[in-house]
Amino acid sequence: MFRKILIANRGEIAVRILRACREMGIATVAVYSDVDRAALHVRKSDEAYAIGPAPASESYLRIDKILEIAKRSGAEAIHPGYGFLSENAKFAEACADAGVKFIGPTPHSMNLMGSKTSAREQMAKAGVPFVPGTSRGLSSAEEGEEVAESIGYPVMLKAAAGGGGKGMRLVHTRKELRSALESARSEAQRSFGDSEVYIEKAIANPRHIEMQVLADEHGNTVWLGERECSIQRRHQKVMEEAPSPIVDPDMRQRMGEVAVKVAEAASYTNAGTIEFLVDQQRNFYFLEMNTRLQVEHPVTELTTGLDLVHLQIRIAAGEKLPFRQTDVGIRGHAIECRIYAEDPDNNYFPSPGRISVLLQPSGPGIRQDSGVYEGWIVPMDYDPLLAKLIGYGSDRQQAIMHLERALDEYFVAGIKTNISLFQRILRDADFQAGKLDTGYLDRLLRNGNQSGTEIAPPSTEGRESEMIAAVAAAMFAALEPASPVGENGESAGPASIPSNWKQKGRSEALR
Amino acid sequence: MVYEVIVDGGAGPKVHRLEVEKIDDRWECRFNGRSIPVDAVIPRRDVLSLLIDGRSYEIKREQTGTDLHLWVGSTRFAVELRDPRSLRSRQKNSGDEKGPRKIVAPMPGRIVRLMVKENSEVEAGQGIVVVEAMKMQNEIKSPKKGIVKKILAIAGAAVNPGDLLAIVE
Repeated sequence: MFRKILIANRGEIAVRILRACREMGIATVAVYSDVDRAALHVRKSDEAYAIGPAPASESYLRIDKILEIAKRSGAEAIHPGYGFLSENAKFAEACADAGVKFIGPTPHSMNLMGSKTSAREQMAKAGVPFVPGTSRGLSSAEEGEEVAESIGYPVMLKAAAGGGGKGMRLVHTRKELRSALESARSEAQRSFGDSEVYIEKAIANPRHIEMQVLADEHGNTVWLGERECSIQRRHQKVMEEAPSPIVDPDMRQRMGEVAVKVAEAASYTNAGTIEFLVDQQRNFYFLEMNTRLQVEHPVTELTTGLDLVHLQIRIAAGEKLPFRQTDVGIRGHAIECRIYAEDPDNNYFPSPGRISVLLQPSGPGIRQDSGVYEGWIVPMDYDPLLAKLIGYGSDRQQAIMHLERALDEYFVAGIKTNISLFQRILRDADFQAGKLDTGYLDRLLRNGNQSGTEIAPPSTEGRESEMIAAVAAAMFAALEPASPVGENGESAGPASIPSNWKQKGRSEALR
Repeated sequence: MVYEVIVDGGAGPKVHRLEVEKIDDRWECRFNGRSIPVDAVIPRRDVLSLLIDGRSYEIKREQTGTDLHLWVGSTRFAVELRDPRSLRSRQKNSGDEKGPRKIVAPMPGRIVRLMVKENSEVEAGQGIVVVEAMKMQNEIKSPKKGIVKKILAIAGAAVNPGDLLAIVE
């Protein structure tokens, strides 16, 4: 087993990996950018080294600096987390060259899965079902029209190097195709430096369901159940659950077997995820493979009882999987909320800044993976994920109940968060019925009020709350006379020391 | 102690008059002429526990550069507290709609571009500057119709919350 691991990441996932290392008796090395000196992952590590200024391109994406720290600290392995360098085959290669074990798949598997067209080609050979279309980039608009005719409109144009919805166009009729292809190509060129675009049949209101796999370096590959990830916004997942409300044991078995086939066809090792699109008839199609640990891995951990990060580390250290497929059971239900620093009253714009108050939930059926603390200044330079709140229980209803209660306990001040969005989703009838697809969240946000914050209803209850607010304002002022509440926001805040003279004088004057 | 509290739960501001007096270890609160016995404790900063006639409330406080919010359950109230005898409060209360209004950065970020020039006329809600944070661009809008008297924001510069960006009069 490794004695020391470097974690080439930040935020909640760096803390998650640090914790696994601590549990396994492995020393940890953190790296940080200038704005992350006081970050939780630095505070919790055994060793920590600065790697550059705030922009990721000058710090968390610097392969040379990270490997230099690995060498200097004597780390034997590197866990890349997700994002940043986690799916960068060049980084995996550089690690191998430097004699440091990369905790993840081989560069070969990453390259194979990195391009959507080469992945499709490989999967076609392995007999994996995928959405009808081409496995190569289109050579001309004529070819595009021909293929579209044979698979039927609507069709989707997609960038081979794509991700995040860039270089993607939905085409309904033949006459739109030519201009859509041109704009998709130029967008793909701009975004990824590669204009290759292929064509796929468009699936109406699809679900996004993915399957977790785990493969050791001795040829054993297992699947660990699916995650329903249809609740998305701007192609970004917001809420995930396991199991999916529409997957039954038979479908799970078939999806799992396909996922294992995909992984084996790519000679895959370590943890990976196979993403599927699922149509309304519950047919599933291979979409792509994510060659890393996913943000939403906790819902799989809570429904299988396995610790995926422990297993990743063991696999990387050359151990065999300690169980077989038949030992894997799915039990209960887990739902994850991604707590983002976003402003629900301002179209979910990012809201970085200092967390002035943080009251975190706990108790039965709740797990929280967080990367923040009260007083921490959430930097503006990285993605806005603060923490993941996961509710789990014996069934979906139980998980929802735990989550609703925990979200009520959760309070963050100083920055805005999307906590109210989850309260809204959990109360929504379609969500409760498990009626989800990738357009679900946009529909929910279009309907009803745009704001996530509740407006006090003009009811008895609303009037009572208003009275309580007024009494509370007065009591805050009476109990802490030096606070801004009593001084029209002019005094220095909680850090200021109340003057007894001033206080006494004031209360005397008001007698 | 006497306070004037302006509370806005989203349906418009309402002014309440409160008198608070300590009697032994309890508080007596007269709210719009009604007398309420209150047991109040601050168990930690920005959290207030109230017991009123056996009912328990936990109120959370959020202070931003300019505003004060109190949360009762999941309902947020904008709150302003005035000491009716303070001259300063009365001065502050006058002329909110007329006169110059400051436009401040609501979040840390970088100025991407300026959308208007000094001395130009703007409508209420018109974009003044664009601030980028976490790779998202956010238009900062004018709070009122008027003339842009001054622009302090500089394209490319980093800003902190509360930093003055422009003044509209």
